[in-house]
Order: sequence, then C-alpha cells, then structure tokens
Amino acid sequence: MSQSVTADSTGDLTARYFDLHEHDHPEGGSTMLGFWIYLMSDCLIFAMLFAAYAVFGGNYAAGPSPRDLFDLDLIALNTAMLLFSSITYGFAMLEMEKGKVGATQMWLAITGLFGAAFLAIELYEFSHLIHLGAGPQRSAFLSSFFTLVGTHGLHVTFGIIWLVTLMVQVAKKGLIQANKRRLMCLSLFWHFLDVIWIGVFTFVYLMGMLR
Amino acid sequence: MSAAHDTHGHDGHHDEGASHGSLKDYLIGFFLSVVLTAIPFWLVMGDVLASKSATAIVIMAFAVVQVLVHMVYFLHMNGKSEGGWNLMALLFTLLLVVIVLAGSMWVMYHLHMNMMPVHDMRQLP
Repeated sequence: MSQSVTADSTGDLTARYFDLHEHDHPEGGSTMLGFWIYLMSDCLIFAMLFAAYAVFGGNYAAGPSPRDLFDLDLIALNTAMLLFSSITYGFAMLEMEKGKVGATQMWLAITGLFGAAFLAIELYEFSHLIHLGAGPQRSAFLSSFFTLVGTHGLHVTFGIIWLVTLMVQVAKKGLIQANKRRLMCLSLFWHFLDVIWIGVFTFVYLMGMLR
Repeated sequence: MSAAHDTHGHDGHHDEGASHGSLKDYLIGFFLSVVLTAIPFWLVMGDVLASKSATAIVIMAFAVVQVLVHMVYFLHMNGKSEGGWNLMALLFTLLLVVIVLAGSMWVMYHLHMNMMPVHDMRQLP
C-alpha cells in the first residue's frame, strides 16, 4: 500500500518537474544565443590581452615609448573606417529585413571595403613600426601592443573572409532563413569588433600619448 | 497543474529572438559614436586640458559611454532579447572582465611597490 503510494507520487513528480515530451526545436533557434555566448568568451580573451597590456605597457626596455611611435591622425582615420563599416553593416541588415538582395549585397560590399581599408592602414602602421626597429621583440610594451592590436586585426581579417563567404552564399541562394541567421551572427561579430576597438584606441593610443 | 507548467515553460521559445534595429536607431547610434569618438581625439591631440590625469579620466568616461551606445544601438542589447539571456551573459562577462583587469593591475602595482628597494640599492655606494 505505502509502496504504491510512493511509486505513484514519484511518477507524478517526474511529470511535474521534467519534460517528458519532445518539443519542436526550429532549426537554428538557439544559434543567436550561442553565438552571443561565443562573443562573450572572445570578450574574455581581449580582457586578458588588455590586462597584459596594462601591466607591460610601461616597460619600454629603454626603447621607444607610445609618444615616439603612435601617429594619432592615422588612428583617427582608422577609427573612422571601422565606425563607417559599422553603420554600413547596419544598413545592410535593414535592407535584409526588407528582403532586398541587391541593396543588401551592395551595403555588405561597402562594409567589406571599409574593413579592408582599416586592415590596410593597420598593416601600414605595423610595417612602419617594424621598419623603425620597434617590432614585437623590442620591449614588453611592444610585445603586448602587437599581441592586443594584432589579435583585433586578425578578428577583422576573419570577419572580412566571413563577409565575402556570406555574399557568395546570398548570391547563390538568396536571402533564405539560414542566410539571414548567418548575416545576423556576422552583424553581432562586426559590431562587437567595433566595441573592442573603442577600448583599443582609448587605452592603447590615446592613453599612450598621455604618458 | 502539469499542463499549466508546460505552456509556461515553452512559450518564450520562438518569438523572443534577437531584437532588430530601425534606421533611426542606427543613425542615432552612429551620430553619438562620431561625437563620442571625436571629443576624446580632440582632447588628446589638441592638449585641451592642462592636467593629464583629468584628460585620462574624461576619455575613459567617453569610452564607457560609447561602449554603452554601441551595445544599445548597434548590438540592440536590451533586457528582452533572447528572453534576457543575452543580458545575463553580458553582465556575467563584465563581472569577469572587471575582476581580471582590476585584479591584474592591483596585484602588479603592489608587486612594483615591493620591488622598489631593489632599484634603490643600485644607487648605494
């Protein structure tokens, strides 16, 4: 008697606290949240690199300091490129919502060009620094500088590769649901890189000039 | 009871995805970002403020505000997107970032302080 009551109430509790039925999970239903959590983990990588730069940023090893090396005009131009690419990606997303393939592709292409301009300016700056003998091996300051800024640049590079891939996908298959989802993920990625760049130009370049 | 539980647990599944922005949102965000970028560059490049530490504090404040602007207007962050999980993940990450940054700087600053006498000893005869 008492045993059957226990079994009965256990069954009741199982039904109450656990899901016993399969539910319909639409394809890609959890992609955006998962991608956001990936971005948060990326954010932690950048936090480590910022922490390393904060600790090593003053160790010049009798080498050049930020004031000797950085050209703020160039950095302002670079910042503008990334900011423009953010707003043009936003325009691409708005056209995507309207379902206009041509306009979406055009804004994506413009975004890619701004991203490429950003990369070109950054690579020019890096090659200029290395030419001056201020490469990553010169001092702890420069090692942490190249690691932090280079990691951001690498993210932008992969963002551009991703962007071109998606443009090909949209050209081939149109603005299908899967492509829209991919474009939304890249949107998060692209705007996230702009957020990281705010930290870079403030803490590395502007604060560096104040030292 | 069990039926009520089922509907409660699963209705927020499809409709509360990532939120989208409007043209107005993007333009406001872009305008604010330009202003919030231009002022710190102007402060540093033009040597506007006499005190360097005051300039540093002001440009850091501008950076924090600009990050918030980007989060709201470009990443469309709000308490409702993905049923609040985006915001939760963000807040948790921010907590970790603050611990990592503040902790590293605090520890290394004290390490530098403890190492000061070593440098002084070189000046001894």
